Amino acid sequence: MPPFLYIFLGALAIVSALGVIVQRNPIHSLLSLISTLLTIAILFIGENAVVVGFLQIIVYAGAIMILFLFVIWLLNLQVESGPTGHLALKAFGSLGAALLVTELFFLLAPPHLQVKFTQEPAGYGSLASLAGKLFTDYLVAFEVTSLLLLAAVVGSIALARRLPVVVEEPQPRVVEKIAS
Amino acid sequence: MTIELIAGAIKAILMIVLGLNLALFLLYFERKGSALIQDRIGSNRVTITGLGQRMGMPNLGIINTTIADPVKMFTKEDFVPEGADKFLHTLAPFLALFPVMITFVVIPFGDTISISGHRIGLEAANLNAGALYLLATIGLGVYGVALAGWSSNNRWALLGGIRATAQMISYELAMGLAIVSVIMTFGTLNLQEIVRGQGGVWFGFLPRWGIFVQPLAFILLLVAGAAESKRIPFDLPESDSELIQGYFTEYSGGKQAVFMLTDFAEQALLAMLLTTFFLGGWQVPWLMRDGFHLPGGAFLAVPALAVSILGIIAFLAKVVALCTFLGLVRWTLPRFRYDQLMRLGWKGLVPLGLLNVLLTAFVVVATGRVQ
Amino acid sequence: MIPLTYMMSLSAIIFAIGVAGVIIRRNILVMFMSIELMLNAVNLAFIAIGSRLGSMDGQVIVFFVMTVAAAESAVGLGIIISTFRNRETVHADELTLMRW
Repeated sequence: MPPFLYIFLGALAIVSALGVIVQRNPIHSLLSLISTLLTIAILFIGENAVVVGFLQIIVYAGAIMILFLFVIWLLNLQVESGPTGHLALKAFGSLGAALLVTELFFLLAPPHLQVKFTQEPAGYGSLASLAGKLFTDYLVAFEVTSLLLLAAVVGSIALARRLPVVVEEPQPRVVEKIAS
Repeated sequence: MTIELIAGAIKAILMIVLGLNLALFLLYFERKGSALIQDRIGSNRVTITGLGQRMGMPNLGIINTTIADPVKMFTKEDFVPEGADKFLHTLAPFLALFPVMITFVVIPFGDTISISGHRIGLEAANLNAGALYLLATIGLGVYGVALAGWSSNNRWALLGGIRATAQMISYELAMGLAIVSVIMTFGTLNLQEIVRGQGGVWFGFLPRWGIFVQPLAFILLLVAGAAESKRIPFDLPESDSELIQGYFTEYSGGKQAVFMLTDFAEQALLAMLLTTFFLGGWQVPWLMRDGFHLPGGAFLAVPALAVSILGIIAFLAKVVALCTFLGLVRWTLPRFRYDQLMRLGWKGLVPLGLLNVLLTAFVVVATGRVQ
Repeated sequence: MIPLTYMMSLSAIIFAIGVAGVIIRRNILVMFMSIELMLNAVNLAFIAIGSRLGSMDGQVIVFFVMTVAAAESAVGLGIIISTFRNRETVHADELTLMRW
């Protein structure tokens, strides 16, 4: 991928991520999040992780975000009116995030960072090599993850259902026969 | 390198123009074909200076649907309803159109041709993970509909939008399972390789089309794809007798034209998908690279360029035939009720899809296709 | 290949934006979306390093992170729905039942 495309995608990702936390309308935040996810998926594809990139679009941007959308509809969230939260909280949060990114930059991404670049083996990022790793080295994790998904399905249905409303049987009224 | 770039751009533009023109043809076919089936004439009023009528020819209505209707739609007033979210309301039609348009570029419409020494493959983007790209873009198609329903500030539009979203995400699953079975049969995600794998014959006369290998997956993809593109009998989201126009009630003018275009383009896309996976794509039966190998032993030599052009014509013919079939289904069947639709999707198609995947896996391993 | 510093700093910035979102915003759904941002930043870091080391392990771990994020989103949104049904609010400052 040409470098200018990387820089463009990176800028787009940062702007969309800022859009998530800044906007007041929850659906606008959701759209910004979807934009961030799509940008990151394209970056994945640029790093030769083709299958995982498309899976990110299919699973994350195509299914999980629709779940978020349904919940926003269900709760009927409106645009937040008025200032939310204290100014001190916002200042502290921004300062903390800036400190965090500086610290992460110096620890994880110093300019002299060298990872011994190994030539990618043929078929890197293809479905065959991903499946090869999944079903041999990571088989236990794979099976446990499928159990986790089952637990999540059962759990979310149990949490979000409405309990059946118990209706009391109306007592039969005793009509007194009036002796005529 | 540059010639591939230019060729790729030309092919992408060609495919998108093909999709749009198919949508326009389908619009015309919709009005005249449904009129034929329902024993009426359809639209035949607009002529250019009465030319046909003066010469005694009946007006075919082509000018009505291809020229007058789009002009009418694009010159209508374009409004945003009061209290609606203006940004989302304007964004939604294009968010609905975009995934459909970008899916057209991975569909192969011909074998490679050589132009002045360069071999050019006849699909706009030869992705090694083409089938995954298809699933991804089909999944993204939900957002336009959902946001159109929500941002209209209209409770019937919202109801149509919710129904459409639930229907689309349910049938996406069945579509994915059908496509996975086809991928397992042909052993590759690349769409051009899947079409190439459908060349050749069995027993001397039966072409190796996907429909003979995976009949259940064909039916699954047909039904799930029809539900995904909200065709009748699955058009509950835009049920004209119940929800006015469902999720695009509050749209007029150009944006409504974009939604209609999306509807027909999705139908054309479904036909192209079915052709690619099950009907052999651009493969003409018994036509190899050098000529016709007819059953019975006859051989008819055909030049290479004619082979490619025959492939393109075969692809178009199959797509048009499938579109006609989808149209016939539309004008014949009544629509599903919402709970019937959901039951069909989750309790009918998904177990069938899983069963199909299981059977395909057994057969693929048993016949030794897997190393 | 683009230098690793670039990808790691992009990942760090998106992660920090996610953290800021969780601290600053009081709407539970937006906090949840910021958590998804953090997960995606970490996925980006995994993929970047994995492709430079030539190992498929990075992609497999991203696969698992994606799956676990899906499961966690489903359960978390279920919790949000049932909280809303009981408390009629999604503002985190008003959910103070367990405070002393």
